[in-house]
Amino acid sequence: MALPDELLSEFDALRECYPHARAVLIPALHRCQEELGGWLSPETIGDLAEYFEMEAIEVYAVASFYPMFFLKPVGRHVVSVCRNISCDLRGSDEILARAAAKTGAGAGETSADGKFYLESVECQGACANAPMMVVDGVYHEDLAPEDVDRILGGIE
Amino acid sequence: MSHPTFLLDRTQLENSHTLDVYRGAGGYQTLERVLKTPVDPAQVTEQVKASGLRGRGGAGFPTGLKWTFMPDPAKDSRRRYLAVNADESEPGTCKDRVLLEEDPHGLIEGSLLAAYAMGLEAVYIYVRGEYRVPYARMQGAIDEARAANLVGERILGTDFSCEVFMHKGAGAYICGEETGLMESLEGKRGHPRPKPPFPAGFGLWGQPTTVNNVESIFNVPFIVERGAEWYRTLGTEKSPGNFLCGISGHVERPGVYEVPMGIPARTILEEYAGGVWKGRRLKAWFPGGSSTGLLTADAIDTPMDAESILEAGSMFGTGAMIMLDETACVVRASLVLMRFYEHESCGQCSQCREGTEWLRQIFDRIVAGQGLPEDVELLNDLANGMTPAKTICALSDAAAIPTLSVVRNFRDEIEEHIAKGGCAYHGQQATAEVGA
Repeated sequence: MALPDELLSEFDALRECYPHARAVLIPALHRCQEELGGWLSPETIGDLAEYFEMEAIEVYAVASFYPMFFLKPVGRHVVSVCRNISCDLRGSDEILARAAAKTGAGAGETSADGKFYLESVECQGACANAPMMVVDGVYHEDLAPEDVDRILGGIE
Repeated sequence: MSHPTFLLDRTQLENSHTLDVYRGAGGYQTLERVLKTPVDPAQVTEQVKASGLRGRGGAGFPTGLKWTFMPDPAKDSRRRYLAVNADESEPGTCKDRVLLEEDPHGLIEGSLLAAYAMGLEAVYIYVRGEYRVPYARMQGAIDEARAANLVGERILGTDFSCEVFMHKGAGAYICGEETGLMESLEGKRGHPRPKPPFPAGFGLWGQPTTVNNVESIFNVPFIVERGAEWYRTLGTEKSPGNFLCGISGHVERPGVYEVPMGIPARTILEEYAGGVWKGRRLKAWFPGGSSTGLLTADAIDTPMDAESILEAGSMFGTGAMIMLDETACVVRASLVLMRFYEHESCGQCSQCREGTEWLRQIFDRIVAGQGLPEDVELLNDLANGMTPAKTICALSDAAAIPTLSVVRNFRDEIEEHIAKGGCAYHGQQATAEVGA
């Protein structure tokens, strides 16, 4: 098994919170994605299947259902621009265009240098602070287009 | 703006998310009184029932009544659960986030009172995966509460024990549907379950389970402390209490405001949100999130409560108002929403899986200037094939309802798009790529 011991002990501890181990699967997918390169590789899926005593295809079926999980490699920084109704009404198209220009990636693409992955996402629950984007899990709200340049420009 | 408030009062305090501040504001005293008196658990349920509190997650089902569906612990010894639905994902809705971030102990105290009332010992708070700060605040609060013997074994030295666990979702809207939520919590795809059986009989891991929205549970300590009669002094007879109204879109001051049920929508728009932005006029609005029927500006004097909004031809939903000014294009707005429902359909039911895609495709071509004269009737027929109650869950209805309302209330505008081969509204360029 190739999963790091620290993760395995985390999962063991989480199992105490539920009557059935499988409930730990989605939290475990999150942790693996965070710690193991930003995506869920077939090897990671296989390792999780072994840990949970499931078939790899069952783990894959779960992982592929949820938009937050990446099943292919993505850039080092993930930029997610909300384009649902409240953001659309307040100019999210322009935010996405600015983010694409700044990162050099189109929606659903990784930039050529591997630095950014840009995606268009559905409602993030920040409707009263639209438009917004999420960068590496951090919300940036009430955006003006120039904010996008500043925020993304500040990332190493 | 002189309405009495209580839900958001503590959020005005500095460090409102901490145990010290919560206790300083009288927090956990209700729990302590209930546990130490001890108040009969059935009496807690009775109080919530008598208050008339209706679920704040969208369906408006009476919370106390829902609790009474749980089997009697004396007759059914199975382990039982409360799942708090913090998967806030209905477009336009951003109210629970305020409570999770700014007043997490209020949710914990409410959860514990609910657990005590229903005789259960484990609460799962299912938070959408993107809500990183709310999750961290909640987990921090649970840790603080556990250290203070407010969560866990023999709470405050009484016989009552209850665990509260955080659980993170991963970005699927459908997991806000209560049976989808339970499947997801069990570590599966978030496929809603056919009902019956209902969660109270067959819920998490097949055990009795109640699923309540964050704001519903958050109301509980106030009701238990101040009484059902007090609660009923707020709001309307059939929809008592205050609610958290998120207002977004084309307004001067979008935000989350605490208002009484039955307040005219115009008051929220004008006095709280500062009116339509840029001095423009209102064109259309969703009263309760994107799954509710789009109303015209004429309906803006409608009181914001379930009965009045229903009468006006829409639904109260999550009470999240989304406002469209006179430059907005309702066809484009429909396309944005149908793209969303297509993306979020879990795919189990054909009416929803295919229907949401077809609706999106039709709006797509109308926006692109390639609409066909028969498209208006096609939208109508398709949507009527998707609602009411033709599928396992209500996502199909959630896509069909706004579509039907747009056909009903803005038919001219759709026909104009088709006749002119595009959009006449320059504020929202219809030619922009919305479908990708």
